[in-house]
Amino acid sequence: MTLEAAKLAAANNLWGAILPELMLAGVALLLLALEILLPRRQHAVLADLAGAGILGTLLGLCFNWDSGMLGSETFGGLLYHSTSGQLLRAFFLIAAFLTCVIARLTLARQKMPRVEFYHLLLICTAAMMLLAQTNHLLMLFVTLETLTIALYVLVSYHRTSPASLEAGLKYVLMGALSSGLLLFGITLLYGVAGNPSLAGHAARPFHYADLAAFLTANPNHFLASLGIVLVLAGVAFKIGAFPFQIWVPDVYQGAPTPVTAFLAVASKAAGFAVLLGLCGPGALFSSYAWLTTPVLTAMAAASLLFGNLAALTQHNVKRLLGLSGVSHAGFLLLGVVAAGATPMALGAIYFYLFAYLLAAFAVFGVMAHVAGPDDADQELDHYAGLAKESPFLAGVLTVGLGSLAGIPPLAGFMGKLFIFLAAFQAGARAMLAVAIVGVVVSIYYYFGWIRAAYFETWTLPADAAAGPTRPARTPVGLLAGVTLGVLALASVVIGFYPGPLGHWLAMR
Amino acid sequence: MRTLPFDPLLAAIAFPLASALVIACGLPKRWSVRLAYVAFAVPLLLALHTWWHFDASPKVAGYAFLTQYSTGLDAVGISLKLGLNGIAMPLFLLAGLVGFAAGLYALQSQAERLKLYLLLLLVMQGGLMGVFASVDVLFLYFFHELALIPTFIMVGVWGGRDRAYAAMKLTIYLTLGAMLSLAGLIAIYARSGANSFDLMALRDHLARFPLDQALQGNLFGLLLVGLGVLVSLFPLHTWAPLGYGAAPSSNAMLHAGVLKKFGLYTLIQVALPLLPAGHAAWASPLAWLAVLGNVLIIGFVTLAQRDLKQMIGYSSVMHMGYAFLGIATGTAVGVGGAVFLMVAHGLSVALLFLLATSVHHRTQTFALDEMGGLARPAPVLAAFLAAATFAGIGLPGFANFWGELAVFVALWQFSPAVTAVAVAGVVISAIYGLRALAQVCFGPATPRMEEVAARHPPADLRWSERVPALVLLTALLALGFWPRAISDPIHAALAAPATAAAAPSAR
Repeated sequence: MTLEAAKLAAANNLWGAILPELMLAGVALLLLALEILLPRRQHAVLADLAGAGILGTLLGLCFNWDSGMLGSETFGGLLYHSTSGQLLRAFFLIAAFLTCVIARLTLARQKMPRVEFYHLLLICTAAMMLLAQTNHLLMLFVTLETLTIALYVLVSYHRTSPASLEAGLKYVLMGALSSGLLLFGITLLYGVAGNPSLAGHAARPFHYADLAAFLTANPNHFLASLGIVLVLAGVAFKIGAFPFQIWVPDVYQGAPTPVTAFLAVASKAAGFAVLLGLCGPGALFSSYAWLTTPVLTAMAAASLLFGNLAALTQHNVKRLLGLSGVSHAGFLLLGVVAAGATPMALGAIYFYLFAYLLAAFAVFGVMAHVAGPDDADQELDHYAGLAKESPFLAGVLTVGLGSLAGIPPLAGFMGKLFIFLAAFQAGARAMLAVAIVGVVVSIYYYFGWIRAAYFETWTLPADAAAGPTRPARTPVGLLAGVTLGVLALASVVIGFYPGPLGHWLAMR
Repeated sequence: MRTLPFDPLLAAIAFPLASALVIACGLPKRWSVRLAYVAFAVPLLLALHTWWHFDASPKVAGYAFLTQYSTGLDAVGISLKLGLNGIAMPLFLLAGLVGFAAGLYALQSQAERLKLYLLLLLVMQGGLMGVFASVDVLFLYFFHELALIPTFIMVGVWGGRDRAYAAMKLTIYLTLGAMLSLAGLIAIYARSGANSFDLMALRDHLARFPLDQALQGNLFGLLLVGLGVLVSLFPLHTWAPLGYGAAPSSNAMLHAGVLKKFGLYTLIQVALPLLPAGHAAWASPLAWLAVLGNVLIIGFVTLAQRDLKQMIGYSSVMHMGYAFLGIATGTAVGVGGAVFLMVAHGLSVALLFLLATSVHHRTQTFALDEMGGLARPAPVLAAFLAAATFAGIGLPGFANFWGELAVFVALWQFSPAVTAVAVAGVVISAIYGLRALAQVCFGPATPRMEEVAARHPPADLRWSERVPALVLLTALLALGFWPRAISDPIHAALAAPATAAAAPSAR
């Protein structure tokens, strides 16, 4: 963006279009300033400030939903504002707030510095919100890198834990590779689209609209195809889809629990926001559907099968959730594939994402209560006897896992149902069979987890001298209790009565 | 004719669910128990109300008490549409009856963690009422799953032998069956072009634009496999005896008695009218599979059982074979017989599971070889057990008789050979039923039984156990002597043109 464009933006008051992101960034900077100014013993208030800042932004976003910019481009075409974009903005804000709630629990236990954590979280969220509205390949890359770099730090935030550091390193290496692939793909697309010797070459090859026009004019160009595949590969890393899922189990296990939750939900959703912008109905790559559809279909099938089968053998719940997250990515990919054929798929994806948000954060919230100071050490056995000791946590866990597994009457079932319907209408019947196999397999491990919480009783190990090997559970506080209760209740209510949300998301 | 100021069907579903929610929110145990009494009674009373007023109430396409509630998904053709036709009403009543009996039996069971037990049972009850009251196919499935989840947990927490394994196996089998059924239902929805899950709309639409024959065959096959798992169609039945053997009594009563009927019910209400050509293609294989697999092979397997609860579990699998035979005939008499048999079997198997648990309390074992002479200290229990066994065999005077009779009559026209094997099955069921009855109640007490009796002298059936048993037995006898109470609506529903077209033209 040139200086002139910035001046123009200021003159037209376009900054209002990204007011939520600006607010988040402002709060993030305020946190750093206050950390210097406030005495150390008052630093606890900063965590509350971060949460309040996110909630305030969310409220502002809701009150100013139709900002008058919907359906228009701003900043010289860098951003495109749409209802889906607003929806995803709200999604990321909710996810960030819930991450804050979990972080209050786990960070206190680990005696970690806090302010940087919230600062990075806010920056990361702001980047995701911009990413959801991007309309320009460079903007895409810059926002994606911003959030990824913030996540590098967050993943290895628990700096005294070797597992966290290892996770951070793995994430950096894999992230760098994926960024490289993405950038290479973008470069190829730019180079091809900007080549004046080709028909319909674009004046602004980074802009989605111009690039899409070029791709439509050259529907079989080899280099463009290669670029598209590379861009998809880069995005597949973000959503953890097969075959780019290898980082998932280790990083999910090593990262602090709130970061794992944020990775599992927000980062995955960000990847799908990008993917929908690229491969959704009438989007950038729609003239290359002959290429993207088979690629995405294969990735969806492989993710569904691999994620579920690999999760079967896991005993560490974080790894289990990571691998089951791969299968959820497969489900969502199925929706993306269907989106080309039926408009309903788009709503189905958003519904699925929201159901996944509710369920996953409920489960991660319970995990934060059950885990000890070592975030990487969260075994299925630790859940033995949870139902007796804390029926509330066990209940929330059951609802969360049931929703992830897609059991009626929970929201996750409705999400899967919409995806099924969309896939069927798009004629992807073989994929539907794969998805059904995936669901049945997933029941085994989700149910195994519930079984641990309800059926098994915790017994001390044989050598009592070694002491109990299970970490002590954190009692449920007011904020966490209310949040978890609301999440579980929302999963149930939306499952029974998907009405407003379903109408709004799926039936537009 | 609507005499209530509220929708009885919605109330029958919502009241148990709301009670479960209240209990979950931390109601004290004393009040939970009192609330549970009410919550188990309300669906029964409402079911009796609908049964009593069924004839007189106005009907749309055979459905009485029709109401529709939006869940915000009207655009994709999903809405909570409740109503009862002649097939649904008897099963709705069955759910009310068995639910009430199972609830009462649970309340006196002194189970560990009683509140959670009641809560899950109430969720199951609400789901069951919903299954048979739903006109919307998706909600039919939805309520079935809702009622199914408590089963998984209850088997795992309160189950007997091998409960962890049984719970896991049950969960995986039933989920597989449910997912396949869901795929079949979605396929019907998507391929019909009606853009609606409403059964009435689907019937109207498919009556005018039937699907092509090959597709109907595939869809019917898919539904048959999926629903077959849920109803324990041979050879997909292995979860059933294991699961019922391990399940706590009230749960086994509700699952074997009512919930399992979902598969048959869906075949009759959805698959038969919507996929007549599919049914015609599958009728013969289904009949032979049911008669050779469920009736004959499982009949012999039941003979070999030495464990009372496992035996009841296997016998329930065997009797499902007769219901499948009725469906295979596709005639109004045969399918009507299957519906009647579903109701009768639901009552009798629930009674058997109830009594088996009461026997276990007195003998401390389910092993038939270790029992004996229970009739002397517990004559009432023995009398109930004898009555339940006779009902299971299908003696005249009990409801089962009419169901089996109608199935056999229809089956004779369908295929005499199948009928011959099916009737032979009745002999098998008489052998194992009477033999088990003799071993439990009569003859000299075994040494092990004497040992148990010395420590805990077996008492007769307490009133808290008699009442639920009486409810079930009364219903069995009432239907045995007055079958028209439900057979008229069943016949009226099946003779309606929508289903009459389902009668197979080919044998």
